[in-house]
Amino acid sequence: MSCYKGKYHDELIANAAYIGTPGKGILAADESTGTIGKRLSSINVENVESNRRALRELLFCTPGAFECLSGVILFEETLYQKTAAGKPFVEVLKEGGVLPGIKVDKGTVELAGTNGETTTQGLDGLAQRCQQYYAAGARFAKWRAVLNIGPTEPSQLAISENANGLARYAIICQENGLVPIVEPEILVDGSHSIDQCADVTERVLAACYKALNDHHVLLEGTLLKPNMVTPGSDAKKVAPEVVAEYTIRALQRTMPPAVPAVVFLSGGQSEEEATLNLNAMNKFKGKKPWSLSFSFGRALQQSTLKAWAGKEENVKKAQAAFLTRCKANSEATLGTYKGDAAQGEGVSESLHVKDYKY
Amino acid sequence: MASASLVKLNASSSQWIGQKSFNQRHGSSPYLALPRVAFPIRAGAYTDELVQTAKSIASPGRGILAIDESNATCGKRLDSIGLDNTESNRQAYRQLLLTTPGLGEYISGAILFEETLYQSTTDGKKFVDCLREEKIVPGIKVDKGLVPLPGSNNESWCQGLDGLASRSAQYYEQGARFAKWRTVVSIPCGPSALAVKEAAWGLARYAAISQDNGLVPIVEPEILLDGDHPIERTLEVAEHVWSEVFYYLAQNNVVFEGILLKPSMVTPGAEHKEKASPETIAKSTLKMLKRRVPPAVPGIMFLSGGQSEAEATLNLNAMNQGPNPWHVSFSYARALQNSVLKTWQGRPENFEAAQKSLLVRAKANSLAQLGRYSAEGESDESQKGMFVKGYTY
Repeated sequence: MSCYKGKYHDELIANAAYIGTPGKGILAADESTGTIGKRLSSINVENVESNRRALRELLFCTPGAFECLSGVILFEETLYQKTAAGKPFVEVLKEGGVLPGIKVDKGTVELAGTNGETTTQGLDGLAQRCQQYYAAGARFAKWRAVLNIGPTEPSQLAISENANGLARYAIICQENGLVPIVEPEILVDGSHSIDQCADVTERVLAACYKALNDHHVLLEGTLLKPNMVTPGSDAKKVAPEVVAEYTIRALQRTMPPAVPAVVFLSGGQSEEEATLNLNAMNKFKGKKPWSLSFSFGRALQQSTLKAWAGKEENVKKAQAAFLTRCKANSEATLGTYKGDAAQGEGVSESLHVKDYKY
Repeated sequence: MASASLVKLNASSSQWIGQKSFNQRHGSSPYLALPRVAFPIRAGAYTDELVQTAKSIASPGRGILAIDESNATCGKRLDSIGLDNTESNRQAYRQLLLTTPGLGEYISGAILFEETLYQSTTDGKKFVDCLREEKIVPGIKVDKGLVPLPGSNNESWCQGLDGLASRSAQYYEQGARFAKWRTVVSIPCGPSALAVKEAAWGLARYAAISQDNGLVPIVEPEILLDGDHPIERTLEVAEHVWSEVFYYLAQNNVVFEGILLKPSMVTPGAEHKEKASPETIAKSTLKMLKRRVPPAVPGIMFLSGGQSEAEATLNLNAMNQGPNPWHVSFSYARALQNSVLKTWQGRPENFEAAQKSLLVRAKANSLAQLGRYSAEGESDESQKGMFVKGYTY
């Protein structure tokens, strides 16, 4: 068998292509309970289920937001939650033409013999969990592998191990009807140059696609969620056009045209930075046989969170902030963003947290 | 220019010069880890020129004329029209081909055998100069042929890495700007994982050495037509082979914008009961390319591998019915030369007619590259299959 040809073959291809629809992208709202707690505490809101539910309802019920979104990644708890009026979130999404996605990894653990590098857990029982998630309405999944740049990092072991984990996860998802988002995040932490980031990114992506090919993954039914190619967080910043050039070149060198779309992670960039970089990529003149879109968490929610502050009376204001970012990023996927969403509070605030743990 | 490669050893792109020592790592770790240097992303002394050359070969409406038959193989061609395999006959035949007026309209590169690279016309004009005037890039076959691969299932591997750097530098000096290395994979023999790995690794090493010496490497892992397997099996094997090839090319820091590919099309085996239409071949081949070839590669120049002249053209045409993220073209030997040989028959009075028939085939393939070829009026000769079981070059 050259690659997966089972019963979900056509559906996987259709769903992956749909997520890459120009003008649309993904809201990553799959923060684990621990991580969402950090967000809530930053606006002095208690980390209880009702608050987590309220925040997600605020986002999903923002009028007009769904025109800009093709998918939302959920945490397991959220997949089974409902609006205050009792409507399952999954239905809200489906009716809005948005595919529900589900985070399926179980976090990172350290690799012995390395300098603190990690691998991602979650393969045990993954098939059964995917089946359950599919039955609950999910149509795509996400698994985050993490690598970092250092004097001796990423090591060959870390690259091989994470690439293999991603490939195993990907084929198990496909066998159970979920489009796998392949996310090999190379952290922005460090003082490395953009050249170094490019070198590492190209090496990591080459290893990922080798592993995916070896595991017979149907590339037309996958998505890639990579970091953009940028200087390290402690190094001097560069213009969006430079980020675009380096990122697209890295993808041109590694990503087969069979993959329908790239949905970039924001990885600590501010809301505005992430949008400007994505916009520059879609304006860039060069070979780009895949669509270039977003899968943003912090870079879509930061100013929304600040506006909400956990208060019922702020919901409309918060939703307006959310819609603004959604529209900005929707335009960025078309290369038509004019930079006019830069007004909100928190929009230019760097969201980088050193050595960030989800 | 062997000195060029020596100079490069001292440049900052070298892996071992100028790197940090073990003690400079920050953060303490009980584990000893090897220091690594971050390269500027793969660029070398010739990178810009390589990229330009590759682009020029991959120009719309043009493809490659492969005339790099070894002396022994060229002998078979000459023998088929009753000529002795002498140097002057080989020179006469190549002169016929390379001095065809207007060839450069359809041909962007010509692959030569070593002997030919140093030959001239009977008037004393260097072949490489004839080519340059037509804006045809001269290329050179650099491999040293196939030999049995020990521990495999009767499979082969390709030799030629020894001294390749200095040979490449010399060829560059003589005027060559691209190289070619042909290895093979056999489906009836497996292929074994060993054979595939060896083929891919050999190509990657050759490619890195070529680029280091100013030659654009054409990467050719030919999946032989021999066998009775269906097209699905060819697709499987091709995907496996190209996945290995690209992985090892990346590990060898080859600049993808400065290479060209020479794949076989994805077809059923020659002895399979059903023949596939050009549309089916195009669909399977494009599927394979989309799954394996990064867009940074500027051009894909198909080998004909025993298909008839007409088949090779029709299949190429079918692949160009829509836009592709790389130039999809031809690098044909038999499929461009067959009619020429038959027309020439070694007789001077047929010289012009033979050159004309080369232009006919070249133009047909040029149109196929643009997706505008029509098979009306093709000669009977062009329909003749050229598959030879167990073919050795």
